[in-house]
Amino acid sequence: MTSRMSLLGAAAALALTPFAAMAERGASGHLNMVYWQAPSIMNPYLSGGTKEQEASSIVLEPLARYNENGELVAWLAESIPTVENGGVAADLMSITWRLREGLVWSDGTPVTSADVAFTAEYCMHPEGGCAQLRNFNGVEGVDVVDERTVTVRFGAPTPVPYGPFVSANSPIIQRAQFENCLGPRAPECTDANFSPIGTGAFRVTDFRPNDVIQFEANPNYRDPALPHFATVTLKGGGDAASAGRAVMETGEMDYAWNLQLAPDVIATMAQGGRGAPISAFGTLVERIEMNLTDPSADLPADVRSTRAAPHPVLSDIRVREALSRAIDRELLVEIGYGTAGRPACNLVPNPPIFASEANDNCLVQDLDRARALLDEAGWTPGADGIRVNAEGRRLVLDYQTSTNAVRQDFQALIQQWWREIGVEANLRNINASVFFGGDPGSPDTFQKFYADVEMYANNFTGTDPQNYLGALRCGLEPRPETQWQGENINRFCDPAYDALHAELTQTANIEERGRIARQLNDILVQNFVVVPLVDRGRVDAHANSLGGVRLNVWDSGLWNIAEWHRIQ
Amino acid sequence: MFNYTLRRLLLAIPTVLFIAFIIFLLLELSPGDPMSDMPLTIPPEVREQMRLSLGLGEAWYVRFYKWLYMFTIVEPSHMLAGMTGIESLALEGQRIISFQTRSPVADIIAQRMPQTLWVVGLSYIFGILISVPIGVYSAYRQYSWFDQAGTFVSMVGFSLPTFFTGPLLMLIFSIWLGWFPIIYDTTLIVDSFSDFLLQLRQMAMPVFVLTLYNAAQITRFMRASMLDNMTQDYVRTARAKGMTEKVVVLLHVLRNSMIPVVTVIALGIPTIFTGAIITENIFRVNGLGQLLITAIYASDFPMVLTLSVVFAILIVAFNLIADILYAVLDPRIRYD
Repeated sequence: MTSRMSLLGAAAALALTPFAAMAERGASGHLNMVYWQAPSIMNPYLSGGTKEQEASSIVLEPLARYNENGELVAWLAESIPTVENGGVAADLMSITWRLREGLVWSDGTPVTSADVAFTAEYCMHPEGGCAQLRNFNGVEGVDVVDERTVTVRFGAPTPVPYGPFVSANSPIIQRAQFENCLGPRAPECTDANFSPIGTGAFRVTDFRPNDVIQFEANPNYRDPALPHFATVTLKGGGDAASAGRAVMETGEMDYAWNLQLAPDVIATMAQGGRGAPISAFGTLVERIEMNLTDPSADLPADVRSTRAAPHPVLSDIRVREALSRAIDRELLVEIGYGTAGRPACNLVPNPPIFASEANDNCLVQDLDRARALLDEAGWTPGADGIRVNAEGRRLVLDYQTSTNAVRQDFQALIQQWWREIGVEANLRNINASVFFGGDPGSPDTFQKFYADVEMYANNFTGTDPQNYLGALRCGLEPRPETQWQGENINRFCDPAYDALHAELTQTANIEERGRIARQLNDILVQNFVVVPLVDRGRVDAHANSLGGVRLNVWDSGLWNIAEWHRIQ
Repeated sequence: MFNYTLRRLLLAIPTVLFIAFIIFLLLELSPGDPMSDMPLTIPPEVREQMRLSLGLGEAWYVRFYKWLYMFTIVEPSHMLAGMTGIESLALEGQRIISFQTRSPVADIIAQRMPQTLWVVGLSYIFGILISVPIGVYSAYRQYSWFDQAGTFVSMVGFSLPTFFTGPLLMLIFSIWLGWFPIIYDTTLIVDSFSDFLLQLRQMAMPVFVLTLYNAAQITRFMRASMLDNMTQDYVRTARAKGMTEKVVVLLHVLRNSMIPVVTVIALGIPTIFTGAIITENIFRVNGLGQLLITAIYASDFPMVLTLSVVFAILIVAFNLIADILYAVLDPRIRYD
């Protein structure tokens, strides 16, 4: 019975597979996508924005990329080079990629290793201002071995050599097209930047910056049966709400990107019946950062919020822990993100091998424990319920974040919980373009951190957290000497942490890397330096008639657009 | 008259220069940064390099001078080359480059202009066509039910913001009734009757929203101006001479009442070019208004500066045109 059932099931699955019915390129007709932030350029090397990366991934492809499970898969390369197969040198100083056979650009010319080497030259040009330079960190040079083989040499042992030419951040561009666009001449190549020649399933027919992009199937695509769609329109602009409506309620569009909307709004739209929301989780974590240095305005400008002045209140781990224990993360998720969020206790929530399980006790809000911790730290409730210490200082914290409806809800909730344990929070919100702007002249940037705690979200690209965790090493904090640039926002400094991170950079074995990274994560989280709140997913929506979508947060969401098809 | 025009034109040059300088300084002092919408995963030193490659490393006066040179010399030469078709007229050298797209600002403006002219321009014309007759009749039959209704509608048009009427129309006509599309297709090329119908359908809602707003304003002006003239002595004289009501109202009163209205209309023409920022955004009519607002969000200084100065020039020019029109229409006014 069961075998008969499964046979029937298999037969039904076969009958439903649309590939069988239309095994020819372009048979699905036209695809309409809407991005409420419109792409400005098709060259990801000149813009670090996600919208540009997604749009350009339709045309430009890397040697290897991450699939929807975060696993590295060979794309333009024949296979993934590893130490085992000899692709990565035993001393971890180089990696050798081999291109697939017979690859051609959409203009019909062959893809060669010279194009790969040129891509590195383009991004590493000192005057180019390449947005993806981080992928080429530590690259000493790129050597052409033969027509199809290229070797990337590193200056130091690199256990994870999958930076250059991997993922939608670092695709291969055509040498012939970009040859005269190196360095300061990059902006002069408007045609190349708007209509790059690629190897992807589609090519650009019309690009209107910040408005609309039209594509047609690449006649020279390597799989003659793909892509299923003949033409694609990517419309940009407007707002997330009407983009969601256009897919799920009116059915005008087939795909909508990044619907950052309240959970109940998305649920209402989904009742429209024309499409459905899909979500996936990556590494984006909404968190509260604790300032370990004193942001008091009474201090001189070169001391304020620098390691020269430790924070008078938050230097005490008991206060930091109390602030974290008072938060009900489940409720935050329910109110702010719905299915697009999960309570987070770790700075590195994903991929599973790097995700620690040692901190799950943060999931339960524990106000009594929080109060006990504050009592222990010498903060006793004052007349108005706000705690006071022996010197008469009130436990008042400045709490800043960027202007955003969900963040202001979070601020109000957390303010309430902190009030219950006797901590007063002064809320501030700052326009995102100022807060994240990094202008050293502005007092309101998140780097300057002229507040006691601040909230925002951050993530890392790819699947390896080495650089991400490395940001919290000593000496990387923003300070006047660095024009307030730097990634160690908390001004955290622990030599043991730095030593452990140094060990990570020397370790190639993946199990070992997982163990070390989890330990690093635990140091940060168990010291309550970073207080993770919500692991944020990405929500897209697709029409019911659109098949083949596999939402990928590790790479471009459009990574497998060649396989998207129309379901009748 | 000629002397006056010449004097005003010469005076306009320092005015526009001053405006450009003020806008530049405002942008310079505003706290935004073109790197702010980049993901945090881009490390600070890469950000700094990107900033330098945008030319932000130079002193502010150097950047202003460069922009001024490009705006007054390089860009006009490219425009001239484009209009005459003679490529050699275009000057070599850098053009004004947008931070977002790394392409010449002028090309993007030229690309966006048609959408704005179609939608905002059409709604302005409709607004005038509707409001003049309503204003005239409302004044002629003051306090009649027609006047009351007209006053009500124009109050509604005045007081309801477009960010309310826009989504409301979308909800009713796109989601409930399904008559009009939510998303404006800027790539539509009208070369057949069915495409023309499609264009009408997608323009219907944004044009309606803006027409309501424009008509509301002009109706009130028209009505007030008519009422002023209706009680004038020359109207009584005309009636005493036995002229028909039609001649009295449409020939005598209307012509005199149009004088202030025409100048108001002329002064409003630059707003067609500045686009309707909110309406364009709601309906995804990616015109100049939408271009300006996205450029502001992205701290795309060259784009914001160029667009604002172009708008400033238009406003200065149409102010002059309005003044001259006033003198042409009303022989009693002389500037010399």
